[in-house]
Amino acid sequence: MPSKEEIFDKVREALVDALGVDDDEVIPTATLQGDLDAESIDFLDIVFRLEKAFDIKIERGELFPEDILTDAAFVQDGKVNEAGIAKLRERMPFADLTNFEAEPVIQNLGQQLTVKDMCNFVAHKLAA
Amino acid sequence: MRWFWIDRFTEFVCGSHAVATKGVSLSEGHLHDHFVGYPIMPNSLITEGMAQAGGLLVSEQYGFGELVVLGKLAKAKFYSCVRPGDTLTYRVKIDSVRDSGAAVTATAHVGDRLHAETLLFYARLGEDSEELMGARLFRPSDLQHWLSLVQVFEVGIHADGTRMQEHEYPLSEGLGT
Repeated sequence: MPSKEEIFDKVREALVDALGVDDDEVIPTATLQGDLDAESIDFLDIVFRLEKAFDIKIERGELFPEDILTDAAFVQDGKVNEAGIAKLRERMPFADLTNFEAEPVIQNLGQQLTVKDMCNFVAHKLAA
Repeated sequence: MRWFWIDRFTEFVCGSHAVATKGVSLSEGHLHDHFVGYPIMPNSLITEGMAQAGGLLVSEQYGFGELVVLGKLAKAKFYSCVRPGDTLTYRVKIDSVRDSGAAVTATAHVGDRLHAETLLFYARLGEDSEELMGARLFRPSDLQHWLSLVQVFEVGIHADGTRMQEHEYPLSEGLGT
């Protein structure tokens, strides 16, 4: 199991290569979409690079559970309801959802995903 | 004029890799101005050739029934010049394929000489893309025509070695529509 620093270094390398950003832009609190300008196709690239870097397999919806966000049982008026939040917490134990829970508009979830969340996701996968 | 940047496939192994060729000729109009007096095959069009070869290989993974588009050129390196009379050989390999899209690595060679390397990402737009966009972006019959022109069904095989058959795919649907 690699150390937290080793995981961060590899995640940073993946993000630098996938997004064309500088090393010093990739800090734990940086959001992928907001600060690093990741677009939807970039997530395919990032996932591909993480799979190679850590020799893991990332299934659809593991990093970003879009199925919850499109499920009428969990979404009302564009916002994730309490049951949805509980489901997200269960599916995304690696992510800090505090900010999202304050304003659970579905578009906010992707925008709030941080570099630290990505590192936690990888650590979660490696520990599984 | 159609946007064809591969001449034909010489290998097509579903879910794995493919090899396609492109003969570069001075009769191609774009070479007359690129550059005047020193014609060079534009690397953008070589990239397009690799993207088309990879795109058809990826499209097969979705049964040639859904829209697959080039979403991202994540890496592109070029090492030399390609001149009229050269034959480009594109080798494309599926690195990863998933529900949302695929990653393909590709090379272009002239003979034994490596000319280009790329990493391509394709997005699968899915069965509902027509409804979402309000328009149909390709007709199965056009795809069928293209696959036939580049000889996919003449050289294509499945992972188990059996020959690809045109009737396995929904390509004739929508003929004339």
